[in-house]
Amino acid sequence: MSKFVTVMMHTYRSKIKSKPFIITTLITIALLFVVTNMNEITKLFGEDDAAKVGVIDKTGDTLPALQAQLKQAGDDVKLESYKKSESEAEKAVIDGKLDGLLVLEKDASGIVTGKYKAEDVTQQSLITDIENALQQIKNKMAAETIGLNQEQLAAIYLPVSFEKESLSSTAKSEEEAAQVYILVYVVLFFMYMTVMMYGSMIAVEVATEKSSRVMEILISSVSPVKQMFGKIFGIVLIALTQLVLFIAGGLAAVKLNENLSGSESIIQKLNLNEIPISLVVYALVFFILGFFLYATLFAMMGSLISRVEEVNNLMTPVVIVIVAAFMIAMYGRENPESVFVTAASYFPLFTPMLMLLRVGMLSLPVWEIALGIGVLVGAIVLFAMIGARVYRGGVLMYGNAPSLKLFKQALLLSKQEKRDTTEL
Amino acid sequence: MLQIKGVRKQFGTFTAVEGLNLEIPKGEIFGLLGANGAGKTTTFRMILGLLTPTQGTITWNQKEISYQTSDLVGYLPEERGLYPKLTVKEQLIYLGQLRGMSRSLIQEQADKWLNRFGAEEYLNKKVESLSKGNQQKIQFIAAVIHRPELLILDEPFSGLDPVNVELLKNAVHELKKEGTTIVFSSHRMEHVEELCQHLCIMHRGKSVVQGNLKEIKRSFGKKNVSVKADFDLTYLKDTSGVISHRMTADGITLQVEREEVAHSLFKAVQSKGFVRKFELEEPSLNDIFIEKVGVVHE
Repeated sequence: MSKFVTVMMHTYRSKIKSKPFIITTLITIALLFVVTNMNEITKLFGEDDAAKVGVIDKTGDTLPALQAQLKQAGDDVKLESYKKSESEAEKAVIDGKLDGLLVLEKDASGIVTGKYKAEDVTQQSLITDIENALQQIKNKMAAETIGLNQEQLAAIYLPVSFEKESLSSTAKSEEEAAQVYILVYVVLFFMYMTVMMYGSMIAVEVATEKSSRVMEILISSVSPVKQMFGKIFGIVLIALTQLVLFIAGGLAAVKLNENLSGSESIIQKLNLNEIPISLVVYALVFFILGFFLYATLFAMMGSLISRVEEVNNLMTPVVIVIVAAFMIAMYGRENPESVFVTAASYFPLFTPMLMLLRVGMLSLPVWEIALGIGVLVGAIVLFAMIGARVYRGGVLMYGNAPSLKLFKQALLLSKQEKRDTTEL
Repeated sequence: MLQIKGVRKQFGTFTAVEGLNLEIPKGEIFGLLGANGAGKTTTFRMILGLLTPTQGTITWNQKEISYQTSDLVGYLPEERGLYPKLTVKEQLIYLGQLRGMSRSLIQEQADKWLNRFGAEEYLNKKVESLSKGNQQKIQFIAAVIHRPELLILDEPFSGLDPVNVELLKNAVHELKKEGTTIVFSSHRMEHVEELCQHLCIMHRGKSVVQGNLKEIKRSFGKKNVSVKADFDLTYLKDTSGVISHRMTADGITLQVEREEVAHSLFKAVQSKGFVRKFELEEPSLNDIFIEKVGVVHE
């Protein structure tokens, strides 16, 4: 057992001291601070200046109403009456003195129309704000023309009361489903990130040892299984360390934001405490099992290649699998009960994501969850066994590009070896 | 004692080693000779348990070598391998720990060995910054730091300059004196002649000659006669019993069938003039190797 610890600690120590690790961690934490405090940062640069739009009001009386409407909606637009000719106004826009030009007219039937001109019409939110405000005014004017009073107008625009309720016992309420989906989404995202980051780390570790030929000494001292799992657990420790740093950094960033802006934090807004504890536990279980599944896969694949550069070739199929799982999860969000999603959730490489989605979105019977976990554990054991064999066979094979044929060769080579590859 | 009994190793249809029987007593230095592809490395890997023989058994002190006994074995692979990004110290600590050593013992031994090889200043240097010769020294230290009972050295002297070869040879001698059993391979005959009492020449997976070095030489029969004289010696090559000849700068070296041929050669030069040198030499291992393997190798 102690050699397992030696391999694990060696992997951990050599990774934690590596420059890429330190740099990635620092950059990510810095990003967390920037993203959570984006509002305060933009304020710092004084970019909050309201857009200045010149208005040529040919109707004569719409501008004040429009200004009032925009102010009521809380939009940051400064409308200024522009007395000069339209062409001069256009010139002012091009010169940058005005952000835009709004021409208000009345059409034949006396209804107000607007025409917005700007250097480019990419400032969607500004344009939409103005358009919405003008719509309101038009509605009011039209109502007045017909002779409706404010109450009547309000009655027309009052949104209909429409509630959704699921009768199926397996379905969850809409609110629950939304929260669950956020959690599932977060886990899926983390899954993708960790597999990409740490999975490739494992493959690179193995490939480096192979390419530097130190592997031959290693496998003459330690059994391949101990080595493989020592490495995987070492990387798990790295992942945990990084995660703790990220969470600490994230919390500090949120705290800072709270202090700066005085508003309630993002965490409170998310209502995280309304997510059932059981789901969080399942999320952790599936996440951890999923990580091990992909980790063994990567360790096995790392042993098949002879040069570190080839790691990228191996990453591609795995990334495709994860992206596929992601897509199915997207589809499954709308149709969690579809046969396709159900079937896919029992395919080991998809299980961590899809089973979690189903657990969250539906009230699954316990046996289905247990079966899902069983499938995962079974797959991990199987992968570990195949992995150990290929690892052993693969580490003595050099030179060829990774291929199915190579995989078979490695398996065959290790099969001939009677000495138990799985001894610990 | 290392015992190899009737070992055969097959990779698919290719037979890498066949019918190999060796007994290597404790405290011996045993040489395994052979051209590239003769099966030396495969044999080593089988001894180490990295490969399992298709047939036959290999035992060390009557026990099979497994991960339970891997702490007793040291290995210097032919393909040198160290972590390029680790310092010498980190490297030796890791590899030593994997052979069951404690940190403090490793440090003590590492200092001793580095000192001996005149490489103390590299302790905290990254391996990739070291010269090839120095890397090899570190690799050697990694193979012996845990004082293995059985030490396997695959081409230990390749790529080293004469000074370092001497350094390593002395280390090997000393380990032998301390009771380590050493098996090493080489295609440099002079190293084998110098170090081994026993050897085995392998060719295409089979053992062609094996046994005690002196006996092998004696039973080989053929000897070398080297002559230097002030007159032309070319005519000696036509003497009956001479197998081959090679002209040297100021004389001739002849390979003869038996010792008696040397007598007639001596008579043939005696009357011709002044002879600077007339020597009857034991066959060199190189001669034996070429004869048995049929390939000229370095």
